[in-house]
Amino acid sequence: MVSSPHPSFFQAVAAVVRKDLTAEFRSRELLSAMLVFSLLVILIFNYALELELGVREKVAAGVLWATFAFAGTLGLNRSMSTEKDRGCLDGLLLAPVDRSAIFFGKAISNLVFMLIVEAIVLPLYALLYNEGRIFQPGFLAVVLLGSIGYIAVGTLLSAMSVQTRTRDVLLPILLFPVAIPVLLSAVKASTGFLTGAEMAEIWPPLNLLIVYDIIFTAVAFMVFDAVVEE
Amino acid sequence: MIEVKKLVKRFGLKAVLRGMDFHVERGEFVALLGPNGAGKTTFLRILSSLARPSLGEVKVAGFHLPQQASQVRAHLGVVSHMPLLYGDLTAEENLQFYARMYGIADAGPRITGMLEMVGLENRRRDLVRTFSRGMQQRLAIGRAVLHKPDVILFDEPYTGLDQDASSMLDKVLRSVAAQGHTVVMTSHDLARAEDLATRFDILTRGVIAASTSRESLGRDNLLTFYKQALAV
Amino acid sequence: MSSKPTLLKILDVTSLILLGAATYLALVYAPTERVMGDVQRVFYFHIGTAWVGLLGFVLAAVVGVAYLVSKDLKWDIIGVATIEISVVFFFITIMLGSIWARPTWNTWWNWDPRLTTAAITELVYVAYFMLRAGLEDPERRARFGAVYALLGGLSAPITFMAIRLFRSIHPVVIGTGQGETLPLSSDMKVAFFFALFAFTVIFIDLFWNRIRLGQLESKVEQLKLKVM
Repeated sequence: MVSSPHPSFFQAVAAVVRKDLTAEFRSRELLSAMLVFSLLVILIFNYALELELGVREKVAAGVLWATFAFAGTLGLNRSMSTEKDRGCLDGLLLAPVDRSAIFFGKAISNLVFMLIVEAIVLPLYALLYNEGRIFQPGFLAVVLLGSIGYIAVGTLLSAMSVQTRTRDVLLPILLFPVAIPVLLSAVKASTGFLTGAEMAEIWPPLNLLIVYDIIFTAVAFMVFDAVVEE
Repeated sequence: MIEVKKLVKRFGLKAVLRGMDFHVERGEFVALLGPNGAGKTTFLRILSSLARPSLGEVKVAGFHLPQQASQVRAHLGVVSHMPLLYGDLTAEENLQFYARMYGIADAGPRITGMLEMVGLENRRRDLVRTFSRGMQQRLAIGRAVLHKPDVILFDEPYTGLDQDASSMLDKVLRSVAAQGHTVVMTSHDLARAEDLATRFDILTRGVIAASTSRESLGRDNLLTFYKQALAV
Repeated sequence: MSSKPTLLKILDVTSLILLGAATYLALVYAPTERVMGDVQRVFYFHIGTAWVGLLGFVLAAVVGVAYLVSKDLKWDIIGVATIEISVVFFFITIMLGSIWARPTWNTWWNWDPRLTTAAITELVYVAYFMLRAGLEDPERRARFGAVYALLGGLSAPITFMAIRLFRSIHPVVIGTGQGETLPLSSDMKVAFFFALFAFTVIFIDLFWNRIRLGQLESKVEQLKLKVM
């Protein structure tokens, strides 16, 4: 019998990402759910907060990040459920690949889905509220960094919550308290860019966001083994 | 190929496997039989590196578990009662994914060969969620042997299959066995096991209570042997 | 398992005495604070319980790592004990903080970074218990609990920093920190440090008792299985 070579780490990650994207672009169930949900949340905020011009620029970042946080949990739940439901997680674990490759593969796929939703919601928001400043590189960078941190922790926690009895319901409960630093820093930094504040003001939350991303991505991938394996 | 010595597996404080010994030579086809809850699935999970032994020694294809789990995985194929397939991908895409995950270069021809072997060549571009359970199971076997593993584990592969599907699965299993793989199969279906296996082991109360080869079974039928083993 | 060790019994009694003494010191012995009046006395217990809660939560993260490394279930019993006690103590901290805020700043809550972090950490702990409740397998419960305790432990200081950064947006009622800028007379200092000491001892007492409880629970499970 010929023994097969192991795939390289990068090959394994790429395979998982490719698989997730192929499956999702075919059915588009997840993306459409996340998108519709996001738009509905913004609609609700619109009426709940009576966003008049002066107030709006101060809360825009908050509204957007709250929306992304909620839509994000939808995506995270669904992404892990598809693995769990047909036993596919076992299929992944049976492959001769490092467990962290599975983590990075899932996290990258989840990140891509979140970014796609953001890429559609943000221009729409800009259109609805005549908020062109959203397209600054600074603002977009914050969206990217915030999403990274949120998804890194979210992927790890979704791997846990999918193995519990309470499943989907548990993920936001686990995720939100631990993701508060991401959300707060992202909102603060985003608002800074939107209101044209000085870089000196924007830098501290931005810095914190980067620190969070680094620490939690590292911890998440180190600890992922313990969560998926016995 | 498979060597298990004094394997103990506990869940919390409950011991499911209690000092089990198990030995399989290359090329053997072992049917692992036993009542529900005997620990057959747990045992296969340990052999496939998905679960860890609490105590004891486990060696598969010459590698120790759990320390050399990664090498074991490269030499092992598993078919469980869950299909381990992605519904939103085609049959071909599923096999391509697993080919990549096992680091198989130039997988194209091998995938085609596999699809032919399991009789799904004409459905290669169809989404797996449109497949019947029997078809999914056959594809799952294709997935399991894609990387030409030395050892194949089947956990209750006939679960949920009707007569036709079972016969088709028979054919596939026979051709797999003919290729010289070492196979361990758990099953409730004694008749099928009797047809396919070269050896029969009975797992009960956490250990192998009895073992016999096809030759020794001779005129006794398997059911009698099975009942005797459980009665002890 | 032997009956309660004598040392633990002594500790139980000592804790009660210390609690009584600390209460006396806080409520009677310490002089009334000039600016805030009697409500300021809440402060002695408020800091005491916060200190214990903080101790517990750092311990929980460390114990979580210990479990993940050693896979020894005793660390799980310790982790659960720690977090249970900290949940209660942080809750008391938050309640006392609220009681202090009301007459002082005419609001039940003032979004002070420390208090808010305590509240969020409290939510992390509640989530911890909900996570464990959703799992049957004790080994998996221990593993996931350890992971989450670690994540929670790491996120709390960062949460604190993030909330501090956020202050300029939130309408902070009156910004003096809780206690730092209060001038303490020497009598007050006695009450304050005594409360800290008392609560530490109480923590150890509760902690030891809770671990014993955990071990007994484990023993019961074992016996149940033997009978079955």
